[in-house]
Formats: sequence, C-alpha cells, structure tokens
Amino acid sequence: MTTVVDTGSVTRPGTDPAPALEQPAARERPLPVRALAWLGGHWTLVLAVAVVALVLAWAVVPGAFASHDPLAVDPAGKLRAPSAEHWFGTDQLGRDLYSRVVHGARASLSGSAIAVAVGAVVGSLLGALAGWFGGVLDAAIGRGIDVLLSIPGFLLAITIVVLLGFGIVQAAVAVGLTMTATFARLIRSEVLRARTSTYVEAATTSGASTWDILRRHVVPNSIAPTLSLVTVQLGIAIIWIASLSFLGLGAQPPDPEWGRLVSDGRNYIASRGWLTLWPGLTVVAVVLATNHISHHLTRRDAS
Amino acid sequence: MTAVLSVENLTVGYRTRGTLVPVVHDVSFEVEPGQVLALVGESGSGKTTTGHAVLGLLPGNGQVTGGRIRFRDQVLTELGPRGWRDVRGRAVSLIPQDPGVSLDPVRRVGHQVEDVLRLHTDLDARARRDRVLELFELVGFTDVERRYRQYPGELSGGMRQRVLIASAIAVEPDLIIADEPTSGLDATVQKQVLDLIDDLRARSGTSVVLVTHDLGVAADRSDLLGVMQHGRLVETGPTAQVLADPQHDYTRRLLDSVPARLASARERVEVPASREVVVEVEDLRKVYGDVAAVDGTSFEVRRGETFSIVGESGSGKSTTARVLTGLTQATSGRVRLLGTDVTGLGRRGFRPLRRDVQIVYQNPYASFDPRFDVYQVVEEPLRSLRDRPPGSGGRFSGRFSGQFSGRLGGRRPHEDEVVAALEAAALPADVVHRHPRELSGGQRQRVAIARALVLEPKIVVLDEPISALDVSVAAQILELLRTLQAERDLTYVFISHDLAVVRAISDRVAVMREGRIVEHGPVERVFSAPETDYTVQLLDAIAGRRLTAGVP
Repeated sequence: MTTVVDTGSVTRPGTDPAPALEQPAARERPLPVRALAWLGGHWTLVLAVAVVALVLAWAVVPGAFASHDPLAVDPAGKLRAPSAEHWFGTDQLGRDLYSRVVHGARASLSGSAIAVAVGAVVGSLLGALAGWFGGVLDAAIGRGIDVLLSIPGFLLAITIVVLLGFGIVQAAVAVGLTMTATFARLIRSEVLRARTSTYVEAATTSGASTWDILRRHVVPNSIAPTLSLVTVQLGIAIIWIASLSFLGLGAQPPDPEWGRLVSDGRNYIASRGWLTLWPGLTVVAVVLATNHISHHLTRRDAS
Repeated sequence: MTAVLSVENLTVGYRTRGTLVPVVHDVSFEVEPGQVLALVGESGSGKTTTGHAVLGLLPGNGQVTGGRIRFRDQVLTELGPRGWRDVRGRAVSLIPQDPGVSLDPVRRVGHQVEDVLRLHTDLDARARRDRVLELFELVGFTDVERRYRQYPGELSGGMRQRVLIASAIAVEPDLIIADEPTSGLDATVQKQVLDLIDDLRARSGTSVVLVTHDLGVAADRSDLLGVMQHGRLVETGPTAQVLADPQHDYTRRLLDSVPARLASARERVEVPASREVVVEVEDLRKVYGDVAAVDGTSFEVRRGETFSIVGESGSGKSTTARVLTGLTQATSGRVRLLGTDVTGLGRRGFRPLRRDVQIVYQNPYASFDPRFDVYQVVEEPLRSLRDRPPGSGGRFSGRFSGQFSGRLGGRRPHEDEVVAALEAAALPADVVHRHPRELSGGQRQRVAIARALVLEPKIVVLDEPISALDVSVAAQILELLRTLQAERDLTYVFISHDLAVVRAISDRVAVMREGRIVEHGPVERVFSAPETDYTVQLLDAIAGRRLTAGVP
C-alpha cells in the first residue's frame, strides 16, 4: 500500500480536483485594460478618494493652493462677493475666504485625526482587554461602555472640553474619548471571535505564549474590520470638531477652522450667504467622501 | 417506457463572471419504480448538482445547457415555474443535506410538514393535522402530539432529519431525491434514518435517488450505482455487479480507499507490553456546569501504539483529547504524559510539554490563521518553542528576527526545517510560499500534520483528522500517518466516530458513551467479540457490509 502514498502524495495543484477553482476569467485581459475597467466601475470611489486627497494636500501644503495670507486683514475689501481675485469672497475683516478654507483644513483634519486616534487606541485597548480576559474585567468595561453610550455624545464632548479647556487639541481629545465606546465594542467582539477560534487554540498547542498569540493572531485579525470604522468615525469627527469650533470651544480666533468659519459668517447669512455656504459645503463634501470610502471598505470586508 | 425518471445526456453549467463553466457533462441514467439509484463521488464531482437539476433547484447562476430530464411522461427540462411548482413536492421531493438549516427555526415542525399538504391536497385543517401525526408515527416518532408542537431547536439532528423525511413523503411522491441524507449524523442514527427510507420505499414503491459521498451507504442501500468523477458518470450498473467487478479505474480506486479494505487493517504488529507507558489516565473527570463530559475514564497508551477513542457526539471523546493536549484542565483524576503529571497544570505550566505533545484538528483550514501562508503556519511551533526556551536570554532577538526577516522575502530563518516537515507530510516543497486557501482539503490536512511534526513530538493527538475529507484522500492521509508512525516511533491518540477507520489504524480501542469507557481492548478483539450491547449496536451500524464481503 505504500504505492498509494508515493503516487498520491505528490498532489500537485494541477492534478488535484479541488484547485479547479483557480481559473479566473479576468486574467486573460491585459493589466491596463483591467485597471481602467475597475476604475470605470468604481468612479464614485475614485471621486471620493480625490476629494480626500485634495483636502489632505490643503492641510499639508496650504501655500501651494492659496496665494493669499489667511490672516491678512484688508479693511478696504471686506465682505466682497466671490470673484476671480477672491474665489470664495472675503469676510467681515477683508480676509480671503478661500485661503481661510484651505488653511483651515489643517486644524479640522488634524483635530479629527487626533480624535479618531484617541478613540481607536483607548477603545481598542479596553475592548481587547475585555474580550481577551473576559469575566469581571469584561463586565466592568462593558457596563462602563453602556454608561458612556447612554450620555448624548455631543453633550459629553462639550463637558470634557469645558474640563480640559478650550482649543483644537482639547476638542479633539474630547471627541476621541466619546468615541472610545464604539471602538471598544467592535474590538471586543472581534477579539472574542478570534480567541475562541480553532487557529488560536492551535497556536496554544503549538506552544505560543499568551503575548505571542495576542500579537501574532488576535490583534492583526481584529484590525481589518476596525479600518472601515476608522474612516466612518473620521467623518463624524470632522463634523463634531467643526461643531465644537462653531460653538467657540475648539479653534480660537484668528486661526481658521471650518466650523469657526461657518460661525463667523453666520451674522451675514441673509446678505452674504457665501460666507457660510463655502465652508459648510467643504465639510459636507469631505464627510460624504470619507463615508463613501468607509462604505467601500465594509463591503470589501463582507465579500 | 417503464422508468420513473430518465436523464438523457444532461449537461449543466454554472455562469461565473460571464463565462459558463460546465460542471456536469453528458450524464444519462434511468430509475425504475421502487429502485434506489446511488450517485457516489467525491466533492466537486457534480453529484449534488445532478440531483438538484432533476428538481429544478439549481442556484441562480446554474443552467441546464443540454440533454433532457424526463419524469414519467413529462419532460422536466421544458417546464416553466408553474409547472415546476406542481411537480415538486407532489411527484418529486427532496430530502435535503443539512437538517440543521432546512427547517424554519421559528415555526413548529408540525406546521412545516403541513405546508406540503396545504399546497398539494384538498384536505381541510383537521385532516391535514391528522395526516401529519400519521406521518410522524410512520417516521418513528412516539408522542407525536408533542413533536407536532415542537420547534426545530428542540429536536436532535436525527429527529430533524425525520421531520424532513416526513415532509418529503407527505403526499406520497413517486420519486425522492435524498441529498446526503445522513452525513453529519451519528452512525446509529444514520442506520435508523436509512432503514426508514428503505422501509418507506418497500411499502409504497417510491423510487429514490440517493446522493452520497459514502460508498458504504451506497453499497448497502442501492440497487443501482452511478459513480461520478469531474462531472461525468464514469460507471453505472447494478450495485452488486459494480462492487464485484468495477470496470473503471476510478471506481476501483474509490473501492480500494474504503478504510475497511485498507491493507493496514491486517498488517499491524502488536506493540510489546514491555514498552514504556507514555500516556496514563486515571479516573479522569471533567465537569462543565453540572454535566460531566468525561466521567471517570482510565486508560494507558504505550510508546509507538495507536490508541483510538470512538464514540458518538457528546460521548466525551473530544473533551478527553482537550485534556490530553492541555487545552482544558481536568476536574479530578490524574493524567500523566511522558512521566510528567499534568493534572494541575494550566496552559502556561503545560508549555514545556508542547514540544512532545501535538494535536491535529478535524478542520485544518480553521486551525490556520487566515493571514498566514503555509510557511508561517508550519513555522509557528518553531518560533514559539525552539528559539527561546522559557527564561533564556535570547527572547527578543528570536521573536523579532522571525517576524521581520519573514516579511522581507528571500530565505526565511526556519525554511529548511519547514520544508523538511512538509516533505515528511508528502507535500512538494513549493507549497511553502502558498496560502492554505489555494490548497485542496487533503493538502491542508498534510500542512496541519507537518505543523504537528515540525518539533518532532512523541505523542500526537488526532482529533477526527480525516472526517472532513473525501474517501480517497482520507485513505492517503491514513497511510501517511501510518508511515510517519513507523519512521518516527510516534504514539497516536486517535479520536473518531468512524469505526471502520478506527479498525484500519488502531492497536487498541476504547468505546466511549456518556463520558465513560464502556469497553476497551485490542482492536481485533473488540471488533470480533464485542462484550457490551452498545459496542454491538455501534458495529451493527457501520455502513458498507457489502463492501467488505469480498475481502478475505
């Protein structure tokens, strides 16, 4: 019977019945054609990525996009309508609104990045601890999350800002802390799923220590689903940071920030509508774009 | 034209991304009244697709592209949706594969069986109810009133399968398609269900197309046998004739793979009693909540021996395996492995022993991290145990070099050992860079075996290692395990529900039931002269008596 081992053992992919799956029809077309076809099928995604990329570029090198100084006051040219010189018009102090929107990207985006980072790191840590150790710790963290979720998020963020003091970083931390609950819940369930999986059990029998298992198996396998949550939370964070700044709790004058710009233009909303319109539209476009990217990531995860 | 069902040159394809991939080619067969045709083949052979085509139940992207299916004087392949509704359930019915998902979990089972009667008969509510109760009696339920009101979740797998059979026979169809009706059921339950189908056929002259991967079941229960491979019917004929004198190579190969026919069943040399005892279990108990999963078992295994634990689901055999591999702690009793008392050891305390005690799981794919390629899977024990014995100074260097040089490509730190282990498991060296998802089921199980062997352990616990594999692949894995044992003087603890496999590989066997060992001894003795009723019952339930009849 050893002959069976000898002939059957060399189960080369081609001779085995199962790998018959390995014949995708798409391979036949050349790469550029396939790339174009993919882009054509995902044009909305391409648009969303382009919007986010543009705004990121604004934040990194604002000078390359706007020639005016966002803080330069020009009493002679205040409250001008949009023109070739001032694309978005000028505000009540004669500052170029387009430049202020471009320069404001840095505060808004870094603020929401900090918020999501705080939320993801603190939340994931709590969620991982709860999921991995279970028992009393899980119960304690779980109830803590419940309490956090029962308080209206924005109210909680305002309270935290008041405690920490006004400013964009404080506002970001406040928003981040209110987001921890969402991250903790997701990570907890992912860790729980990984922990009870056969491959973690197999790692245990392979002799891996708890730390090895967490680092090698549990954390990497829990991160993928977090990615789409990060993008969706980024959109929410942009709105919240802008809202806090609108209320005067975030970015302080004269620094430009999107929410702040809407707030500044509010007094002239009836006669000079563009002062609120352009910063507002920017926020809407960026949030829609991040949500769309997140939607795409979620769908890809699911399939 | 006497045939109930005649399939002529049936060709079926699945449409994927705009191209039609044919999966069933040119299949023809006929079934006469009261006959059972068994379609056997391995996974992907097209047997289920054929069965579903007869019922017009192909998935959305499936399509009959050629040939005809004739049922009595109707040509099924020409029916529209309305015509199909009239035929299905009334004239042709299905016993589906998985009773777990084929019943609506939130409706009482009685009402679900009644649906068929409502659709195809004029009976009023009372008459329908009476008929369902009658059917439940027919499929062997006692206390039918209570069953009628129960939900699927309250029934065991075997009972659910009976409910499905009741609804399949409710309006006395002329033809039943039974798609793997008993896979996933325990052997004794399988026997009851198959007996029931047999009985119904004898009583009402119904024809049956039995789709199965289990040659034993097919051999015992069919009049006609059709063997499928790669979507073609390679051999067909009266069952007895095909078994006695197979014409096609593939049929011969399948028959040779049946565990009961394997040469190893008759070639084992007894392990001398003088060899050291490596596994010693004394009065082991494991209690979950207030249920004892293992309730006072004792056994010993000597070096080089294969000790099998057989039992049906819930017998405590897997819990025993988990205790032996340090995944769970015994509630009481004593477990000694290689002379070390492991009874009180937690996962951390057990670690030094992992080098010598390894496990192979039933489902290899689930036991691999989905992000790992074959190299990383097999390397894991080396990284965990070889590089840094607990407490040594090299902890961090070992950990990080393993992590990062692996990513940079080129030669990876343990490549030689990993390739050697893969080759020992009879895999070509080039699979090392592939992902397990690209491998077949048998190859994946070989990877799992390579991982278990890479540290050169002394004891390997095999937890149903071949239950999920096709019969010819399973035979190869069994041979591999046997060869490895001979080469490396391994001790196996083999957990299985399949008595035929146990007989082929074991030296000694323990039969477990409800947490206790009801009988144990040398495999030949237990199989030829069983001492307890339960063992007799289990042996009686083994399918495939007709397969081994011709083997000396």
